[in-house]
Amino acid sequence: MPNVLVIAEHDGQSLNLSTAKTVACAAEIDGASIDVVVLAASAADIAAEAAKLDSVSRVLTIENPANANALAAVIAPQVVALAANYSHVFAASTTFGKDLMPRVAALLGVNQISDIMSVLGAHSFKRPIYAGNVVLTVAAPTDQPVVATVRSASYTAVESGNSAPIEAAACDVELPSHTRYIDLQAGSSDRPDLQTAAKVVSGGRALASAENFDLIYALADKLGAGVGASRAAVDAGYVPNEMQVGQTGKIIAPDLYIAIGISGAIQHLTGIKDAGTIVAINKDEEAPIFEVADIGLVGDLFNVVPELTDSLG
Amino acid sequence: MDKILVGLKRVVDYNVRVRVKSDGTGVETDGVKMSINPFDEIALEEALRIKERGEANEVIVVSIGTQDAQQQLRTGLAMGADRAILVKTDGETDALSRARVLLEVVNREDPGLVILGKQAIDDDNSQTGQMLAALWDRPQATFASKLELNGDTARVVREVDVGLETIEIDLPAVITVDLRLNEPRYVKLPDIMKAKKKPLDEIPFAELSVAASPQLAAASFEPPSERQKGVMVDDVAGLVVALKDKGLL
Repeated sequence: MPNVLVIAEHDGQSLNLSTAKTVACAAEIDGASIDVVVLAASAADIAAEAAKLDSVSRVLTIENPANANALAAVIAPQVVALAANYSHVFAASTTFGKDLMPRVAALLGVNQISDIMSVLGAHSFKRPIYAGNVVLTVAAPTDQPVVATVRSASYTAVESGNSAPIEAAACDVELPSHTRYIDLQAGSSDRPDLQTAAKVVSGGRALASAENFDLIYALADKLGAGVGASRAAVDAGYVPNEMQVGQTGKIIAPDLYIAIGISGAIQHLTGIKDAGTIVAINKDEEAPIFEVADIGLVGDLFNVVPELTDSLG
Repeated sequence: MDKILVGLKRVVDYNVRVRVKSDGTGVETDGVKMSINPFDEIALEEALRIKERGEANEVIVVSIGTQDAQQQLRTGLAMGADRAILVKTDGETDALSRARVLLEVVNREDPGLVILGKQAIDDDNSQTGQMLAALWDRPQATFASKLELNGDTARVVREVDVGLETIEIDLPAVITVDLRLNEPRYVKLPDIMKAKKKPLDEIPFAELSVAASPQLAAASFEPPSERQKGVMVDDVAGLVVALKDKGLL
């Protein structure tokens, strides 16, 4: 019977929603039992959240001051020590999971599957390649553990109606000291998190300055939306890196995505293809974004966006 | 440090719209423009800048692939790398095999730093650097947007989902680079001529003692489900009506 170990992602206090989406993916494997492991300095609160997730059989905790910050080189050997008991080891395809899981896979001597978007069987999965232009079906060897990351945008988080048991796991492995956490500059925003927001407003190069992004923020605040950006806008320094949506930024699936002054390069489109409704506002009627938009409006964003914001009362 | 090793992968060019072969066995690469993976170019640029600051003596570019990958290595030499290594293989290699090959090259060259792209834009795996660091039992700093060397350690700013994380790592180490670390230089014609004289060594894949890794089999390739073009509205009022119709306002 397949048994899946899901590596919880958290910020030291609470569980990241991507973990509930990873559990949803694991639950698609027929007959799988799912354990979640929380590696933290202090795991109790995070584990309590994980224990509520539907489909979870058991939550394991590994508490260690060295786990205060998620350094892949420190976390990986602990995951490897646990992995012997599992047929599958999953984490979200966030920067946390992407950093960690290849290190885990290499230590286990197996390849890793990146960005699972669909489960066909316990050893058969679909994943996007070439910026989402191609969907690859990959078969993993059945006599080896499956180490994989899960594309969060492809899954809806499991509900929190469970009360799985929580157990401390013994983990007696030597941890390296060659990698040290210094600090984190997190974007301080009261707006909804880009990766989980139901509505997202994004701006592109056409905004032309950091100041002009205020138009995007004003609209987003009226809608209660998160704010994203194209690579061009981030490269130009209008907004910080964590707002980038696309192949090399965040892959998101909001109910409503409003792309403003974004031409729609394929690398950007791959980040939004699972959105419910895509709205495009662009003055270039030939912009590729209109090929995928559910609702398109050709116009100058400097007129259209304030008017839209005002009309929302 | 003495040497920096940089990986260059030959991939379908960034601007090519890739198509699946009609029989679903792969993607069309015949007659398609090939280039250095853009992230690897950034990796090389960073290595060259470190050398130009006097913090390294030699930049070595390495590629794993067919004879054709020589083109990308020559471009790397033209950008300013000192020499190149091609690990020659006819077949496709998986990420773990590539990491094992790179480890063999690391063992031969003993670099102080290995810099790789954070992902290749063909398989979008984002694995090789982390795997190499694991097998080498050394630190990794992935998704780097700033890099500062201080003797035996490096400070690396990493682009993570919530912002910018800074870590300190002991050297040697593996660094994988993100988009905003630098802007790679353009190659000038005289440099292309000069690059022809720089050494490019070939190592047959079989010569390296690399264990065969458990293969992930590519069972089939298919195009993604396409979104359909929707409706155009004339003005903001029309947009608001359309959004209300969908229950989004």
